[in-house]
Amino acid sequence: MAEITLSQATQQALDEAMAADPTVLVFGEDVADPEGGGIMGSTAGLSTKYGSRVRSTPISEQAIAGAAVGAAIAGMRPVAEIMLMNFITVAMDMIVNHAAKTRFMSGGKTAVPLTIRTMSGAGIGAGGQHSDMYEAWLAHVPGLKVVVPSNAADQKALLKSCIFDDDPCIFVETTYIQFMKGEVPADYEAPLGKAKVSREGTDVSIIGYGRPILDALAVAEKLAAEGISVEVVDLRTVMPWDQETVFKSVAKTKRAVTLHEAVVQFGVGAEISSRIHEELFDTLKAPVQRVGSMNTIVPYSAPLEQNFMWSQDKIEAAIRRTLERK
Amino acid sequence: MTRPNAAAGPEELIKIYRTSTLIKQTDESIRGLLRRGRLQANYYSPRGQEIVAAAMAATLQPDDYVVTIYRGLHDHLAKGVPLKALMAEYFGKVDGSCKGKGGCMHITHPEAGVMVTTGIVGSGMPIANGLALASQERKDGRVTVTNFGDGATNIGSFHESMNLASLWKLPVVFLCQNNLFAEHTATELCTAGNIVDRAKGYAMPGILVDGNDPEAMYAAAREAVDRARDGEGPTLIEARTFRFEGHNYGDPSSYIPKEMMAEAKANDPVPKLRALLIERGIATEDEVAKIDADAATEIAEAVTFAQESPYPDVAENLSDVYAHVLENA
Ligand SMILES: Cc1ncc(C[n+]2csc(CCOP(=O)(O)OP(=O)(O)O)c2C)c(N)n1
Repeated sequence: MAEITLSQATQQALDEAMAADPTVLVFGEDVADPEGGGIMGSTAGLSTKYGSRVRSTPISEQAIAGAAVGAAIAGMRPVAEIMLMNFITVAMDMIVNHAAKTRFMSGGKTAVPLTIRTMSGAGIGAGGQHSDMYEAWLAHVPGLKVVVPSNAADQKALLKSCIFDDDPCIFVETTYIQFMKGEVPADYEAPLGKAKVSREGTDVSIIGYGRPILDALAVAEKLAAEGISVEVVDLRTVMPWDQETVFKSVAKTKRAVTLHEAVVQFGVGAEISSRIHEELFDTLKAPVQRVGSMNTIVPYSAPLEQNFMWSQDKIEAAIRRTLERK
Repeated sequence: MTRPNAAAGPEELIKIYRTSTLIKQTDESIRGLLRRGRLQANYYSPRGQEIVAAAMAATLQPDDYVVTIYRGLHDHLAKGVPLKALMAEYFGKVDGSCKGKGGCMHITHPEAGVMVTTGIVGSGMPIANGLALASQERKDGRVTVTNFGDGATNIGSFHESMNLASLWKLPVVFLCQNNLFAEHTATELCTAGNIVDRAKGYAMPGILVDGNDPEAMYAAAREAVDRARDGEGPTLIEARTFRFEGHNYGDPSSYIPKEMMAEAKANDPVPKLRALLIERGIATEDEVAKIDADAATEIAEAVTFAQESPYPDVAENLSDVYAHVLENA
């Protein structure tokens, strides 16, 4: 099976969705072919193939998100690109007050089946305004769905799931891994809200999503040599997250670590940790540990940025903390 | 109303040449460092836009405020951010203008009046209004210049800021450096109408100027700065210019027609000003050669300084987030 990059996975998902459904529209800054087909090439070829259904836009995030809301209400399935997640702040009114609430406030008379694709993540020396992971902000807003894939197969399958979902979905691609390759089976599907057990284990569960999953798998491999068996659960969808799979895993291992790239405080890990305590308090052998990035602004200086980020060492230390309790 | 002293004299032209030479050479040095792998940075070259910044700065007082964007090297140097502090920031070192914590897209140097450098398109303009509001209330006579690209004129904050500045007669100058491209998209594909015409809608004067012509650019800047300082409110300047490099370092700029690029480079504004100084007898070949050499020396010293400066201690990750380090953060 040929391997493709995550960015190619996005391109294939968009291409197949547009071919299958004429209501799928793609727009965003620089996404059309004369402008390079997106800064990562994720929309390459689409405007040539689909004409006016693919459009480059001005730098106008509020207008981009608003047009997606409007087109979606009118029955289209727009996929709008907000180049980087930090720029979502500019479009927050459209996403939070309109995309998220329209179905409810219209009493179900209108719906907003849009997808917003965006990209972010630290480790690229871009500093404080180009590196943030804000999925917790968005997951906190009722009405939105939030997806963060960690590999090419999921990126392709989940993007299609978002496009054909009837609710507003925020699809977050991690900058650092967009050129990483992976196998994508032809008939592979990934429904929203379903986690994937990426590695089975019996001693402790790591529950995470996005790029840090790769580090969790590396740590699990390393600890296996010591006889420690780590189960890695890739949530894939942050909202709604797959409580069934998570609880089942933790009920088995009786120990859990949550893991994400965003800063720890008020993060997605806090919600998952809290729910595990509520459901499995009597089963747990140790309090749930949380791993994420340091509670600060993403720094520019390379050694500071490395120190800010989650790491394999921090994951391993958290696992060992849970194992200390007998 | 025409104002006295609006024309750039020999002294101003030499000053503009000195500044633009320093910018041009610093940019070349930084790109050299990136090419040789000595520096890792998301770098946005202002090569080709030097005169806009140098001429604007020649009309400003040291304590005037400047707000600019990720493509800001020219604005920073023109306003007087020390090269050593700037270079060390590019390297993420402790002696950088922001201790290496902000990086090249986020330069702040209040001593030079550079208050904000933003990586978010359009975000500088509303903040510039606030700086100008402070000056208006304090009656400190300062002018604020906010720099932005043509692409930024399509974002809501541009329109909101122009309206508020005009309504409150704020001492602010909106300086659009129109280099004809917003990332990979040509201005005419993303901007309806003419940028300068937008001033009319907000009841403020708009000046369209060839930003690569030092005398025209100086006159336009002078006009806008004097108006602001005299309490007559904001001006929108659209300075036409061009960038010789891709959007950011590594972008091959294949979306720019070859002939367009070749023509722009043939009209490189910095050597053009050099020739003009000699031709008019404002400076001799030896004098301009000395300006060139001085810049090279200053840059070499700054690069060495930046390379030798240590990285900040990782404890810096928790300082400056709040006024005091929070124990429970
Ligand atoms: C709100 C926002 N949207 C998108 C971007 C990504 N981006 C960075 S620079 C740029 C192009 C800006 O063009 P222009 O305003 O003309 O300035 P120039 O780079 O030409 O100086 C874009 C789209 C951003 N930084 N901020």
